Amino acid sequence: MSLSAIWGLAQTALELGLTCSLTVLALFLSYSMLNVCDLSTDGCFTLGATVGAVVAVAGHPYLSIPAAMGAGMLSGLVTAVLQTRMGIDSLLAGIIVNTGLYSVNIAVMGGSSLLNMNKTDTVFTGLKSLLADTPLAGFQDLIIPLLAVVLVIVFLALFLRTRLGLAIRATGNNPDMVRSSSINPIFTTTVGLCVANAFTGLSGCLLAQGQKSVDINIGSGMVTIALASLLIGQTFMGRGSIAKRASGVVIGSIVFRLVYTIALRLKMPAFMLKLVSSVIVIIAIAGPYFKTQLPLLKRRLAGSGKEDS
Amino acid sequence: MLTLKNISKTFNPGTVNEKTALSGLNLHLDKGDFVTIIGANGAGKSTLFNAIAGSFLPDTGSITLDGKDVTFQPEFKRAKTIGRLFQDPMRGSAPGMTIEENLALAAGGGGWLSHTSKAEKAAFRDRLALLDMGLEDRMRQPVGLLSGGQRQALTLLMATMVPPKLLLLDEHTAALDPGTAEKVLALTQSIVREGGLTCLMITHNMSSALELGNRTLMMDAGHILLDLKGDQREGLTVEDLLRMFKENVGKALDNDRMLLS
Repeated sequence: MSLSAIWGLAQTALELGLTCSLTVLALFLSYSMLNVCDLSTDGCFTLGATVGAVVAVAGHPYLSIPAAMGAGMLSGLVTAVLQTRMGIDSLLAGIIVNTGLYSVNIAVMGGSSLLNMNKTDTVFTGLKSLLADTPLAGFQDLIIPLLAVVLVIVFLALFLRTRLGLAIRATGNNPDMVRSSSINPIFTTTVGLCVANAFTGLSGCLLAQGQKSVDINIGSGMVTIALASLLIGQTFMGRGSIAKRASGVVIGSIVFRLVYTIALRLKMPAFMLKLVSSVIVIIAIAGPYFKTQLPLLKRRLAGSGKEDS
Repeated sequence: MLTLKNISKTFNPGTVNEKTALSGLNLHLDKGDFVTIIGANGAGKSTLFNAIAGSFLPDTGSITLDGKDVTFQPEFKRAKTIGRLFQDPMRGSAPGMTIEENLALAAGGGGWLSHTSKAEKAAFRDRLALLDMGLEDRMRQPVGLLSGGQRQALTLLMATMVPPKLLLLDEHTAALDPGTAEKVLALTQSIVREGGLTCLMITHNMSSALELGNRTLMMDAGHILLDLKGDQREGLTVEDLLRMFKENVGKALDNDRMLLS
């Protein structure tokens, strides 16, 4: 295998990792900060992809970005309203929205489950013509997600230190405290989910435009993949400032894609991706649990029935 | 300042678990009152606080705070004028956030998107130094690393950062070791005195109930049994209190958790 082929694979992994890390950053906000496991992520990712694609196909490549983020925000708003105003459990609210979004997404694509953007002007083709004849020519697939990731990290680092950001973090960190404080948990949960889902929508939009097509299954399993990336990232940089932790989860996302690419090279079939991500999530969450159980297990094995001498 | 009129609350009405926690309770507090509350388990002390703070809507009656009817106001809105401390020192601060961030949240000045300024951080530092626990040098550390006593002291600071119109203390020193409890209590007294705060404090320590503040309420079965103030309260001993309880209720005070000395 030539060096250029290896670089080609690494670049693809980097592009995919960066694009999907926007979803990981969304979960960083909703799961790590707000402590809500948002299961509408899959549908919201697809929603961002379809809305972005339809707007781009209609001839507005730059409008597709805010449109996809707006659609994601709206989806987050619905999830938030279900769980804060209608007494629906937060996991269930996510699942319900996710199911509903399947129909919405097909409706957005005009009744079809597939949309092609081969001849459509997207943000990628836009930057491609802009970069032609510069040393960066051909790197648009890397530059756009990288730019988006940097902007989102800067936004999160600033936002989570504002009064609203602190209130959102407190809502996830100590709900008891928030309930008896002047913070309205309904408001903070709603804002948090809206912002997070805007990032998920953006992530889907960029992935679809990068691969020049959307199909209805583009987001399936995304929540598990993103969660795996998030947990990998937290083992690298789980402490420290928000910017550092957010960068950590982006690295987690890239590492996940690199490992996956290597596994594919080692003849792992592509359909294994989702099983691998499930196993990673299981290990990442169960690992620390078993670690706490280890002393008990050790003593049981060592002295089963015997008394200490 | 605070007026409760005919407040009642029954939990699980119509079931075998029906429990009348408050029955036709009336209470009026003047500005600057420091009231201690004693009573057996299940007398309705914490329920009274929940009603005042807005954790639930009472079945009957009205609550007026500082001239405003707050009966239907949600909890988080009332919390702007009511500071509250619980027995559990873990309840009042966010463990995953730094001391500085917790204080910034409690200070609450500025708009939603404002950052904590240098001046505010300096002010937090000065306030923390009052605790004399060395916390002013640990402002960047997560609150989860503090001990229970330190966290309760921090919570007290947070609750009084913006001087509340009313401070509710629900046995806030009961879970602390005696030395720390004394320190937090002394701190409470000085903060209440300096801020001229109106304060309600539930305690199981009957002698400190008589020592602290200017008024003592004894609760039983959801209403106020004794309301002692002024001359009546002067020179009263724990024995007097127990005798008065027995005379009023006809049975001895259930004192399994009471500290009599």
